[in-house]
Amino acid sequence: MEEDLAIRLRGAVKRYGEITAVDGLDLDVPMGTCVGLLGPNGAGKSTTMRLLTAQSIADEGEIEVLGFKLPRESKMARAQCGVVPQLDNLDTTLTVEQNLLVFSHLYRIPRSERKAAIERSLEMAKLVDRRDSRVDKLSGGMRRRLLISRALVHRPRLVLLDEPTVGLDPQVRQELWALIDALRSEGTTILMSTHYIEEAQRLADTVMIMSHGSAVASGAPADLVLEHAGHEVVEVYGAPARLREVEAEADAAGLRTRRTGTSVSILDAANGRGFHGERRPANLEDVFVLLTGEEIA
Amino acid sequence: MAATETPRIGRLERTALTGVLVREVVNYSSYWKSSTFSSTVEPTIYLLAFGFGFGSLVSTIGGVDYVSFVGTGTVATAVLFSSAFPGMFGTFVKYQFQRTYDAILAAPVDTEELVTAEAVWIATRAGVYGCVPMLVAIPFGLDPAWGMLAVPFIAWIAGFGWACFGISIAGFSKSFENFNYVVSAVLTPLFLLAGSFFPLDEFPQWAQVLAQLNPLHHLVQLIRDSVIYGWDGWIDVARLGAITFFGLSMWRIAIVAMTRKLVD
Repeated sequence: MEEDLAIRLRGAVKRYGEITAVDGLDLDVPMGTCVGLLGPNGAGKSTTMRLLTAQSIADEGEIEVLGFKLPRESKMARAQCGVVPQLDNLDTTLTVEQNLLVFSHLYRIPRSERKAAIERSLEMAKLVDRRDSRVDKLSGGMRRRLLISRALVHRPRLVLLDEPTVGLDPQVRQELWALIDALRSEGTTILMSTHYIEEAQRLADTVMIMSHGSAVASGAPADLVLEHAGHEVVEVYGAPARLREVEAEADAAGLRTRRTGTSVSILDAANGRGFHGERRPANLEDVFVLLTGEEIA
Repeated sequence: MAATETPRIGRLERTALTGVLVREVVNYSSYWKSSTFSSTVEPTIYLLAFGFGFGSLVSTIGGVDYVSFVGTGTVATAVLFSSAFPGMFGTFVKYQFQRTYDAILAAPVDTEELVTAEAVWIATRAGVYGCVPMLVAIPFGLDPAWGMLAVPFIAWIAGFGWACFGISIAGFSKSFENFNYVVSAVLTPLFLLAGSFFPLDEFPQWAQVLAQLNPLHHLVQLIRDSVIYGWDGWIDVARLGAITFFGLSMWRIAIVAMTRKLVD
Protein backbone atom coordinates (compact mmCIF):
# COMPACT_ATOMS: atom_id res chain seq x y z
CA MET A 1 0.00 0.00 0.00
CA GLU A 2 1.37 3.39 -0.95
CA GLU A 3 1.14 5.42 2.21
CA ASP A 4 1.64 8.77 0.57
CA LEU A 5 -1.59 8.46 -1.38
CA ALA A 6 -4.64 10.26 -0.04
CA ILE A 7 -6.90 8.45 -2.49
CA ARG A 8 -6.27 5.20 -4.27
CA LEU A 9 -8.78 3.60 -6.63
CA ARG A 10 -8.10 0.38 -8.48
CA GLY A 11 -10.54 -0.95 -11.05
CA ALA A 12 -13.53 0.73 -9.42
CA VAL A 13 -16.82 -0.16 -11.10
CA LYS A 14 -20.23 1.25 -10.31
CA ARG A 15 -23.31 0.19 -12.22
CA TYR A 16 -26.84 1.50 -12.06
CA GLY A 17 -28.89 -1.13 -13.82
CA GLU A 18 -27.86 -1.05 -17.46
CA ILE A 19 -25.68 2.02 -17.04
CA THR A 20 -22.07 1.70 -15.95
CA ALA A 21 -21.33 5.07 -14.40
CA VAL A 22 -17.78 4.25 -13.33
CA ASP A 23 -16.07 1.66 -15.45
CA GLY A 24 -12.81 0.27 -14.11
CA LEU A 25 -11.40 3.54 -12.82
CA ASP A 26 -7.86 3.83 -11.46
CA LEU A 27 -7.10 7.04 -9.62
CA ASP A 28 -4.20 8.17 -7.45
CA VAL A 29 -4.26 11.37 -5.47
CA PRO A 30 -0.89 11.90 -3.75
CA MET A 31 -0.88 13.69 -0.40
CA GLY A 32 -0.55 17.44 -0.65
CA THR A 33 -1.56 17.73 -4.29
CA CYS A 34 -4.60 19.03 -6.09
CA VAL A 35 -6.02 16.63 -8.65
CA GLY A 36 -8.71 17.73 -11.07
CA LEU A 37 -11.23 15.29 -12.50
CA LEU A 38 -12.16 16.76 -15.82
CA GLY A 39 -14.86 15.38 -18.03
CA PRO A 40 -18.12 16.17 -19.76
CA ASN A 41 -21.44 15.81 -17.98
CA GLY A 42 -22.18 12.16 -17.42
CA ALA A 43 -18.53 11.07 -17.48
CA GLY A 44 -18.82 9.63 -13.98
CA LYS A 45 -17.22 12.42 -11.94
CA SER A 46 -20.03 12.81 -9.42
CA THR A 47 -20.39 9.06 -8.97
CA THR A 48 -16.65 8.87 -8.30
CA MET A 49 -17.08 11.52 -5.62
CA ARG A 50 -19.95 9.57 -4.03
CA LEU A 51 -17.84 6.42 -4.02
CA LEU A 52 -15.22 8.23 -1.94
CA THR A 53 -17.70 9.02 0.84
CA ALA A 54 -19.32 5.56 0.60
CA GLN A 55 -22.63 7.14 -0.36
CA SER A 56 -22.29 4.87 -3.35
CA ILE A 57 -20.86 1.39 -2.87
CA ALA A 58 -18.64 0.14 -5.69
CA ASP A 59 -19.65 -3.10 -7.39
CA GLU A 60 -16.02 -4.01 -8.05
CA GLY A 61 -12.55 -2.74 -7.33
CA GLU A 62 -10.62 -1.35 -4.39
CA ILE A 63 -11.01 2.08 -2.87
CA GLU A 64 -8.78 3.55 -0.18
CA VAL A 65 -9.15 7.01 1.30
CA LEU A 66 -6.47 8.30 3.69
CA GLY A 67 -5.34 4.73 4.17
CA PHE A 68 -8.80 3.45 5.12
CA LYS A 69 -10.43 0.73 3.07
CA LEU A 70 -13.89 1.62 1.78
CA PRO A 71 -16.70 1.01 2.35
CA ARG A 72 -15.94 -0.73 5.68
CA GLU A 73 -13.75 1.99 7.22
CA SER A 74 -15.40 4.87 5.43
CA LYS A 75 -16.54 6.60 8.59
CA MET A 76 -12.97 7.03 9.77
CA ALA A 77 -12.00 8.44 6.40
CA ARG A 78 -14.98 10.80 6.41
CA ALA A 79 -13.94 12.18 9.81
CA GLN A 80 -10.82 13.58 8.13
CA CYS A 81 -12.44 14.64 4.84
CA GLY A 82 -14.30 17.77 3.89
CA VAL A 83 -16.92 17.48 1.18
CA VAL A 84 -18.26 20.35 -0.90
CA PRO A 85 -21.29 19.10 -2.82
CA GLN A 86 -22.30 20.26 -6.25
CA LEU A 87 -25.78 21.19 -5.04
CA ASP A 88 -26.06 23.59 -2.14
CA ASN A 89 -27.40 21.80 0.93
CA LEU A 90 -27.01 24.48 3.57
CA ASP A 91 -29.76 24.89 6.14
CA THR A 92 -31.36 27.96 4.63
CA THR A 93 -33.47 29.02 7.60
CA LEU A 94 -30.43 29.02 9.89
CA THR A 95 -27.85 31.75 10.21
CA VAL A 96 -24.34 31.51 8.80
CA GLU A 97 -22.92 30.84 12.25
CA GLN A 98 -25.57 28.22 13.11
CA ASN A 99 -24.70 26.31 9.95
CA LEU A 100 -21.07 26.20 11.02
CA LEU A 101 -22.01 25.27 14.58
CA VAL A 102 -23.99 22.27 13.37
CA PHE A 103 -21.08 21.04 11.29
CA SER A 104 -18.61 21.59 14.11
CA HIS A 105 -20.68 18.99 15.98
CA LEU A 106 -21.12 16.66 13.02
CA TYR A 107 -17.36 16.69 12.51
CA ARG A 108 -16.70 16.06 16.21
CA ILE A 109 -14.67 19.14 17.02
CA PRO A 110 -14.00 19.10 20.78
CA ARG A 111 -15.99 21.64 22.77
CA SER A 112 -12.91 23.69 23.68
CA GLU A 113 -11.94 24.19 20.02
CA ARG A 114 -15.40 24.72 18.58
CA LYS A 115 -15.57 28.48 18.91
CA ALA A 116 -12.16 29.04 17.34
CA ALA A 117 -12.99 26.65 14.50
CA ILE A 118 -16.18 28.54 13.71
CA GLU A 119 -14.36 31.88 13.78
CA ARG A 120 -11.71 30.54 11.43
CA SER A 121 -14.36 29.33 8.99
CA LEU A 122 -16.19 32.65 9.14
CA GLU A 123 -12.96 34.45 8.28
CA MET A 124 -12.18 32.05 5.49
CA ALA A 125 -15.63 32.59 3.99
CA LYS A 126 -15.28 36.38 4.55
CA LEU A 127 -18.61 36.28 6.32
CA VAL A 128 -17.57 37.51 9.76
CA ASP A 129 -19.96 40.45 9.63
CA ARG A 130 -22.73 38.32 8.13
CA ARG A 131 -22.57 35.67 10.86
CA ASP A 132 -26.10 36.40 12.04
CA SER A 133 -27.64 36.56 8.57
CA ARG A 134 -29.97 33.78 7.55
CA VAL A 135 -28.55 31.76 4.67
CA ASP A 136 -31.53 32.49 2.42
CA LYS A 137 -30.60 36.18 2.64
CA LEU A 138 -27.08 35.61 1.25
CA SER A 139 -25.98 36.04 -2.36
CA GLY A 140 -25.06 33.02 -4.47
CA GLY A 141 -21.35 33.70 -4.03
CA MET A 142 -21.61 34.04 -0.26
CA ARG A 143 -23.54 30.78 -0.04
CA ARG A 144 -20.83 28.99 -2.01
CA ARG A 145 -18.11 30.42 0.22
CA LEU A 146 -20.04 29.25 3.24
CA LEU A 147 -20.54 25.82 1.70
CA ILE A 148 -16.77 25.52 1.17
CA SER A 149 -15.77 26.86 4.57
CA ARG A 150 -18.35 24.62 6.26
CA ALA A 151 -16.51 21.64 4.76
CA LEU A 152 -13.24 22.96 6.21
CA VAL A 153 -14.44 23.66 9.74
CA HIS A 154 -12.58 20.62 11.13
CA ARG A 155 -9.37 21.23 9.13
CA PRO A 156 -9.69 18.12 6.98
CA ARG A 157 -6.61 16.50 5.47
CA LEU A 158 -8.49 15.82 2.26
CA VAL A 159 -11.10 17.98 0.56
CA LEU A 160 -13.48 16.73 -2.11
CA LEU A 161 -14.88 19.50 -4.27
CA ASP A 162 -17.65 18.50 -6.66
CA GLU A 163 -18.01 21.16 -9.36
CA PRO A 164 -17.16 23.96 -6.91
CA THR A 165 -18.03 26.88 -9.19
CA VAL A 166 -20.78 25.49 -11.39
CA GLY A 167 -23.40 28.08 -12.32
CA LEU A 168 -21.59 31.06 -10.81
CA ASP A 169 -20.60 34.28 -12.52
CA PRO A 170 -16.93 34.95 -13.37
CA GLN A 171 -16.27 37.31 -10.44
CA VAL A 172 -17.48 34.75 -7.94
CA ARG A 173 -15.48 32.02 -9.62
CA GLN A 174 -12.26 34.05 -9.31
CA GLU A 175 -12.99 34.54 -5.64
CA LEU A 176 -13.52 30.84 -5.05
CA TRP A 177 -10.40 29.96 -7.01
CA ALA A 178 -8.42 32.19 -4.66
CA LEU A 179 -9.97 30.40 -1.70
CA ILE A 180 -9.16 26.95 -3.11
CA ASP A 181 -5.67 28.04 -4.07
CA ALA A 182 -5.01 29.26 -0.52
CA LEU A 183 -6.11 25.90 0.79
CA ARG A 184 -3.81 24.16 -1.64
CA SER A 185 -0.85 26.27 -0.59
CA GLU A 186 -1.46 25.23 3.02
CA GLY A 187 -0.84 21.67 1.93
CA THR A 188 -4.39 20.32 2.02
CA THR A 189 -4.97 17.53 -0.46
CA ILE A 190 -7.75 18.31 -2.91
CA LEU A 191 -9.74 16.26 -5.38
CA MET A 192 -11.88 18.50 -7.51
CA SER A 193 -14.29 17.53 -10.22
CA THR A 194 -15.09 20.11 -12.84
CA HIS A 195 -16.11 20.52 -16.41
CA TYR A 196 -14.60 23.98 -16.56
CA ILE A 197 -11.29 23.59 -18.30
CA GLU A 198 -9.87 26.84 -17.03
CA GLU A 199 -10.61 25.80 -13.47
CA ALA A 200 -8.67 22.56 -13.85
CA GLN A 201 -5.81 24.31 -15.62
CA ARG A 202 -5.43 26.96 -12.93
CA LEU A 203 -5.86 24.90 -9.81
CA ALA A 204 -4.84 21.33 -10.47
CA ASP A 205 -1.32 19.92 -10.26
CA THR A 206 -2.55 16.88 -12.11
CA VAL A 207 -5.60 16.51 -14.29
CA MET A 208 -7.37 13.28 -15.07
CA ILE A 209 -9.68 13.41 -18.05
CA MET A 210 -12.66 11.10 -17.71
CA SER A 211 -14.97 9.85 -20.37
CA HIS A 212 -17.70 7.20 -20.06
CA GLY A 213 -16.64 6.24 -16.56
CA SER A 214 -12.94 5.71 -17.05
CA ALA A 215 -9.74 7.71 -17.33
CA VAL A 216 -8.65 8.59 -20.85
CA ALA A 217 -5.58 10.66 -19.94
CA SER A 218 -3.81 11.87 -16.88
CA GLY A 219 -0.92 14.22 -16.13
CA ALA A 220 0.06 17.80 -15.45
CA PRO A 221 -2.07 20.15 -17.57
CA ALA A 222 0.91 21.46 -19.54
CA ASP A 223 2.21 17.95 -20.23
CA LEU A 224 -1.19 16.79 -21.42
CA VAL A 225 -1.42 19.71 -23.81
CA LEU A 226 2.02 19.10 -25.17
CA GLU A 227 1.46 15.38 -25.56
CA HIS A 228 -1.93 15.51 -27.26
CA ALA A 229 -2.14 18.91 -28.96
CA GLY A 230 1.47 20.02 -29.36
CA HIS A 231 2.66 23.59 -28.98
CA GLU A 232 0.51 25.28 -31.54
CA VAL A 233 -2.83 24.96 -33.19
CA VAL A 234 -3.99 26.46 -36.47
CA GLU A 235 -7.59 27.55 -36.52
CA VAL A 236 -9.09 27.67 -39.98
CA TYR A 237 -12.32 29.57 -40.47
CA GLY A 238 -14.73 29.11 -43.34
CA ALA A 239 -18.12 27.91 -44.52
CA PRO A 240 -19.19 24.47 -43.30
CA ALA A 241 -18.26 22.89 -46.64
CA ARG A 242 -14.79 24.44 -46.47
CA LEU A 243 -14.35 23.19 -42.92
CA ARG A 244 -15.10 19.63 -44.03
CA GLU A 245 -12.46 19.97 -46.77
CA VAL A 246 -9.90 21.22 -44.27
CA GLU A 247 -10.65 18.28 -42.01
CA ALA A 248 -10.15 15.86 -44.88
CA GLU A 249 -6.88 17.53 -45.91
CA ALA A 250 -5.54 17.48 -42.37
CA ASP A 251 -6.53 13.86 -42.01
CA ALA A 252 -4.70 13.02 -45.23
CA ALA A 253 -1.61 14.83 -43.88
CA GLY A 254 -1.82 12.74 -40.70
CA LEU A 255 -2.87 15.64 -38.48
CA ARG A 256 -5.62 15.61 -35.90
CA THR A 257 -8.37 18.18 -35.88
CA ARG A 258 -11.19 19.29 -33.71
CA ARG A 259 -14.15 21.55 -34.34
CA THR A 260 -14.00 24.86 -32.51
CA GLY A 261 -17.56 25.95 -33.21
CA THR A 262 -17.16 28.12 -36.29
CA SER A 263 -13.69 26.90 -37.18
CA VAL A 264 -11.57 23.79 -37.41
CA SER A 265 -8.50 23.57 -35.20
CA ILE A 266 -5.60 21.61 -36.56
CA LEU A 267 -3.66 20.25 -33.62
CA ASP A 268 0.07 19.94 -33.24
CA ALA A 269 0.37 22.23 -36.23
CA ALA A 270 4.12 22.89 -36.16
CA ASN A 271 4.38 20.91 -39.38
CA GLY A 272 1.01 21.93 -40.76
CA ARG A 273 2.49 24.69 -42.87
CA GLY A 274 0.09 24.20 -45.71
CA PHE A 275 -2.86 25.47 -43.71
CA HIS A 276 -3.75 29.10 -43.50
CA GLY A 277 -5.47 30.33 -40.46
CA GLU A 278 -4.93 31.81 -37.03
CA ARG A 279 -2.12 30.33 -35.04
CA ARG A 280 -2.63 30.07 -31.33
CA PRO A 281 -1.05 28.11 -28.47
CA ALA A 282 -2.58 24.70 -27.88
CA ASN A 283 -4.64 24.47 -24.72
CA LEU A 284 -6.31 21.96 -22.42
CA GLU A 285 -9.64 22.42 -24.14
CA ASP A 286 -8.13 21.01 -27.33
CA VAL A 287 -7.07 17.92 -25.41
CA PHE A 288 -10.43 17.68 -23.66
CA VAL A 289 -12.46 17.76 -26.86
CA LEU A 290 -10.02 15.50 -28.68
CA LEU A 291 -10.18 12.84 -25.97
CA THR A 292 -13.79 13.02 -24.85
CA GLY A 293 -15.31 13.39 -28.30
CA GLU A 294 -17.08 16.22 -30.04
CA GLU A 295 -20.59 14.94 -29.85
CA ILE A 296 -22.56 15.59 -26.73
CA ALA A 297 -23.99 12.38 -25.40
CA MET B 1 -0.68 3.52 9.09
CA ALA B 2 -3.54 5.78 10.13
CA ALA B 3 -5.75 2.78 10.77
CA THR B 4 -3.73 1.76 13.79
CA GLU B 5 -3.41 5.27 15.19
CA THR B 6 -7.05 6.26 14.99
CA PRO B 7 -9.39 4.74 17.52
CA ARG B 8 -11.87 2.38 15.94
CA ILE B 9 -15.14 4.06 15.11
CA GLY B 10 -18.13 1.95 16.05
CA ARG B 11 -21.86 1.87 15.50
CA LEU B 12 -24.41 4.17 17.11
CA GLU B 13 -21.81 6.53 18.50
CA ARG B 14 -22.93 9.20 20.87
CA THR B 15 -20.98 11.95 19.06
CA ALA B 16 -22.67 11.13 15.77
CA LEU B 17 -26.13 11.06 17.35
CA THR B 18 -25.39 14.35 19.11
CA GLY B 19 -24.33 15.95 15.85
CA VAL B 20 -27.63 15.12 14.15
CA LEU B 21 -29.60 16.15 17.24
CA VAL B 22 -27.79 19.50 17.46
CA ARG B 23 -28.85 20.19 13.90
CA GLU B 24 -32.47 19.46 14.76
CA VAL B 25 -32.43 21.50 17.95
CA VAL B 26 -30.85 24.50 16.22
CA ASN B 27 -33.38 24.21 13.40
CA TYR B 28 -36.20 23.92 15.91
CA SER B 29 -35.27 27.34 17.26
CA SER B 30 -36.39 28.76 13.91
CA TYR B 31 -39.78 27.01 13.64
CA TRP B 32 -40.85 26.12 17.20
CA LYS B 33 -43.66 28.66 17.23
CA SER B 34 -45.58 27.24 14.29
CA SER B 35 -44.87 23.69 15.37
CA THR B 36 -46.04 24.28 18.93
CA PHE B 37 -49.06 26.20 17.70
CA SER B 38 -50.34 23.40 15.48
CA SER B 39 -49.51 20.71 18.02
CA THR B 40 -51.42 22.58 20.71
CA VAL B 41 -54.35 23.96 18.79
CA GLU B 42 -55.19 20.78 16.89
CA PRO B 43 -55.84 18.49 19.88
CA THR B 44 -57.60 21.33 21.65
CA ILE B 45 -60.04 21.61 18.77
CA TYR B 46 -60.65 17.87 18.84
CA LEU B 47 -61.15 18.01 22.55
CA LEU B 48 -63.60 20.89 22.39
CA ALA B 49 -65.49 19.58 19.36
CA PHE B 50 -65.90 16.06 20.66
CA GLY B 51 -66.16 17.17 24.28
CA PHE B 52 -69.00 19.57 23.66
CA GLY B 53 -70.53 17.71 20.73
CA PHE B 54 -70.61 14.21 22.12
CA GLY B 55 -70.41 15.42 25.68
CA SER B 56 -73.89 16.86 25.36
CA LEU B 57 -75.22 13.44 24.30
CA VAL B 58 -73.25 11.25 26.67
CA SER B 59 -72.21 12.62 29.99
CA THR B 60 -70.16 9.63 31.11
CA ILE B 61 -68.46 6.84 29.27
CA GLY B 62 -66.68 3.90 30.85
CA GLY B 63 -67.53 5.37 34.22
CA VAL B 64 -65.79 8.74 33.64
CA ASP B 65 -66.72 12.17 32.29
CA TYR B 66 -66.62 12.27 28.53
CA VAL B 67 -64.13 15.15 28.70
CA SER B 68 -61.74 12.99 30.71
CA PHE B 69 -62.28 10.13 28.27
CA VAL B 70 -61.48 12.29 25.26
CA GLY B 71 -58.76 14.30 27.01
CA THR B 72 -56.78 11.14 27.60
CA GLY B 73 -57.73 9.55 24.28
CA THR B 74 -56.49 12.47 22.23
CA VAL B 75 -53.03 12.14 23.79
CA ALA B 76 -52.59 9.28 21.33
CA THR B 77 -53.86 11.46 18.49
CA ALA B 78 -51.38 14.18 19.38
CA VAL B 79 -48.54 11.66 19.57
CA LEU B 80 -49.48 10.22 16.18
CA PHE B 81 -49.77 13.62 14.51
CA SER B 82 -46.53 14.93 15.94
CA SER B 83 -44.50 11.84 15.06
CA ALA B 84 -45.79 10.01 11.97
CA PHE B 85 -46.23 13.20 9.93
CA PRO B 86 -42.83 14.75 10.69
CA GLY B 87 -41.37 11.30 10.08
CA MET B 88 -42.93 11.14 6.63
CA PHE B 89 -42.86 14.70 5.37
CA GLY B 90 -39.82 15.99 7.25
CA THR B 91 -37.69 13.09 6.11
CA PHE B 92 -38.81 13.41 2.52
CA VAL B 93 -38.12 17.15 2.44
CA LYS B 94 -34.69 16.74 4.00
CA TYR B 95 -33.82 13.95 1.64
CA GLN B 96 -35.34 15.18 -1.60
CA PHE B 97 -35.47 18.96 -1.50
CA GLN B 98 -32.93 20.19 1.02
CA ARG B 99 -30.44 17.35 0.45
CA THR B 100 -29.59 17.65 4.11
CA TYR B 101 -28.94 13.94 4.42
CA ASP B 102 -26.29 14.06 1.71
CA ALA B 103 -24.42 16.60 3.81
CA ILE B 104 -24.82 14.61 7.02
CA LEU B 105 -23.73 11.31 5.48
CA ALA B 106 -20.61 12.95 4.07
CA ALA B 107 -19.66 13.60 7.71
CA PRO B 108 -18.73 10.71 10.01
CA VAL B 109 -22.36 9.70 10.53
CA ASP B 110 -23.93 6.45 9.28
CA THR B 111 -27.49 5.97 8.10
CA GLU B 112 -28.25 3.98 11.26
CA GLU B 113 -27.15 6.90 13.43
CA LEU B 114 -28.94 9.43 11.27
CA VAL B 115 -32.26 7.56 11.43
CA THR B 116 -31.90 6.88 15.16
CA ALA B 117 -31.15 10.49 16.03
CA GLU B 118 -33.98 11.79 13.87
CA ALA B 119 -36.43 9.36 15.50
CA VAL B 120 -35.20 10.25 19.00
CA TRP B 121 -35.74 13.90 18.26
CA ILE B 122 -39.25 13.43 16.87
CA ALA B 123 -40.13 11.11 19.78
CA THR B 124 -39.00 13.75 22.27
CA ARG B 125 -41.23 16.33 20.67
CA ALA B 126 -44.11 13.85 20.57
CA GLY B 127 -43.53 13.09 24.25
CA VAL B 128 -43.98 16.76 25.09
CA TYR B 129 -46.74 17.62 22.62
CA GLY B 130 -48.58 14.44 23.57
CA CYS B 131 -49.20 15.86 27.03
CA VAL B 132 -50.97 18.93 25.69
CA PRO B 133 -54.51 17.47 25.29
CA MET B 134 -54.29 16.05 28.78
CA LEU B 135 -53.22 19.40 30.22
CA VAL B 136 -55.91 21.22 28.25
CA ALA B 137 -58.52 18.77 29.62
CA ILE B 138 -57.65 19.56 33.25
CA PRO B 139 -59.49 22.90 33.39
CA PHE B 140 -62.44 21.19 31.66
CA GLY B 141 -62.73 18.58 34.38
CA LEU B 142 -59.98 15.97 34.08
CA ASP B 143 -58.68 15.25 37.57
CA PRO B 144 -54.93 15.63 37.99
CA ALA B 145 -53.24 12.36 38.95
CA TRP B 146 -49.70 11.18 39.72
CA GLY B 147 -49.97 8.78 36.82
CA MET B 148 -49.85 11.77 34.50
CA LEU B 149 -46.11 11.93 35.13
CA ALA B 150 -45.74 8.66 33.23
CA VAL B 151 -47.52 10.04 30.16
CA PRO B 152 -44.54 11.80 28.51
CA PHE B 153 -42.46 8.62 28.78
CA ILE B 154 -45.16 6.38 27.36
CA ALA B 155 -45.78 8.98 24.64
CA TRP B 156 -42.04 9.01 23.90
CA ILE B 157 -41.93 5.26 23.27
CA ALA B 158 -44.99 5.39 21.02
CA GLY B 159 -43.70 8.54 19.30
CA PHE B 160 -40.43 6.79 18.53
CA GLY B 161 -42.32 3.96 16.85
CA TRP B 162 -44.53 6.25 14.81
CA ALA B 163 -41.58 8.46 13.85
CA CYS B 164 -39.79 5.35 12.55
CA PHE B 165 -43.00 4.32 10.79
CA GLY B 166 -43.06 7.72 9.05
CA ILE B 167 -39.36 7.55 8.18
CA SER B 168 -39.89 4.06 6.72
CA ILE B 169 -42.73 5.31 4.53
CA ALA B 170 -40.56 8.21 3.36
CA GLY B 171 -37.73 5.77 2.67
CA PHE B 172 -39.82 3.38 0.61
CA SER B 173 -41.84 6.04 -1.25
CA LYS B 174 -40.64 7.29 -4.58
CA SER B 175 -42.84 10.37 -4.44
CA PHE B 176 -44.85 12.58 -2.16
CA GLU B 177 -48.15 11.37 -3.63
CA ASN B 178 -47.73 7.91 -2.12
CA PHE B 179 -48.18 9.48 1.30
CA ASN B 180 -51.87 9.95 0.50
CA TYR B 181 -52.36 6.19 0.33
CA VAL B 182 -50.66 5.72 3.67
CA VAL B 183 -52.64 8.46 5.37
CA SER B 184 -55.99 7.25 4.00
CA ALA B 185 -55.49 3.51 4.13
CA VAL B 186 -53.31 3.11 7.22
CA LEU B 187 -53.25 6.09 9.54
CA THR B 188 -56.92 7.11 9.39
CA PRO B 189 -58.28 3.61 10.17
CA LEU B 190 -55.74 3.08 12.94
CA PHE B 191 -56.56 6.48 14.34
CA LEU B 192 -60.30 5.69 14.43
CA LEU B 193 -59.76 2.15 15.68
CA ALA B 194 -57.76 3.33 18.67
CA GLY B 195 -60.62 4.13 21.02
CA SER B 196 -59.67 7.78 21.43
CA PHE B 197 -63.17 9.19 20.93
CA PHE B 198 -65.43 6.25 21.66
CA PRO B 199 -64.96 2.88 23.36
CA LEU B 200 -64.47 -0.11 21.10
CA ASP B 201 -66.72 -2.38 23.21
CA GLU B 202 -69.64 -2.06 20.83
CA PHE B 203 -67.52 -2.86 17.76
CA PRO B 204 -67.91 -6.25 16.08
CA GLN B 205 -65.62 -8.98 17.36
CA TRP B 206 -63.27 -8.88 14.37
CA ALA B 207 -62.70 -5.15 14.79
CA GLN B 208 -61.89 -5.65 18.46
CA VAL B 209 -59.34 -8.29 17.53
CA LEU B 210 -57.83 -5.98 14.94
CA ALA B 211 -57.61 -3.26 17.55
CA GLN B 212 -55.27 -5.47 19.56
CA LEU B 213 -52.84 -5.22 16.65
CA ASN B 214 -53.08 -1.44 16.67
CA PRO B 215 -50.25 0.12 18.69
CA LEU B 216 -52.28 3.29 18.94
CA HIS B 217 -55.03 1.41 20.77
CA HIS B 218 -52.54 0.14 23.34
CA LEU B 219 -51.25 3.66 23.76
CA VAL B 220 -54.77 4.97 24.41
CA GLN B 221 -55.38 2.26 27.03
CA LEU B 222 -52.03 2.83 28.71
CA ILE B 223 -52.66 6.56 28.98
CA ARG B 224 -56.18 6.03 30.37
CA ASP B 225 -54.92 3.51 32.88
CA SER B 226 -52.12 5.86 33.96
CA VAL B 227 -54.35 8.91 34.33
CA ILE B 228 -57.82 7.62 35.19
CA TYR B 229 -58.23 3.96 36.00
CA GLY B 230 -54.90 3.03 37.56
CA TRP B 231 -52.44 0.48 36.20
CA ASP B 232 -53.79 -2.88 35.37
CA GLY B 233 -50.87 -5.19 36.21
CA TRP B 234 -49.72 -7.58 33.53
CA ILE B 235 -52.17 -6.28 30.97
CA ASP B 236 -50.46 -2.91 30.95
CA VAL B 237 -47.03 -4.52 31.01
CA ALA B 238 -48.10 -6.40 27.88
CA ARG B 239 -49.37 -3.18 26.31
CA LEU B 240 -46.07 -1.46 27.10
CA GLY B 241 -44.31 -4.44 25.60
CA ALA B 242 -46.45 -4.14 22.47
CA ILE B 243 -45.62 -0.48 21.83
CA THR B 244 -41.96 -1.12 22.63
CA PHE B 245 -41.92 -4.01 20.16
CA PHE B 246 -43.63 -1.78 17.59
CA GLY B 247 -40.98 0.91 18.16
CA LEU B 248 -38.01 -1.44 17.88
CA SER B 249 -39.35 -3.16 14.75
CA MET B 250 -40.16 0.09 13.00
CA TRP B 251 -36.71 1.39 13.96
CA ARG B 252 -34.92 -1.45 12.17
CA ILE B 253 -37.28 -1.17 9.18
CA ALA B 254 -36.65 2.58 8.97
CA ILE B 255 -32.89 2.00 8.88
CA VAL B 256 -33.26 -0.51 6.05
CA ALA B 257 -35.58 1.82 4.14
CA MET B 258 -33.33 4.84 4.47
CA THR B 259 -30.16 2.91 3.68
CA ARG B 260 -31.77 1.82 0.42
CA LYS B 261 -32.72 5.41 -0.28
CA LEU B 262 -29.50 7.16 0.71
CA VAL B 263 -26.74 4.72 -0.20
CA ASP B 264 -26.69 3.25 -3.69
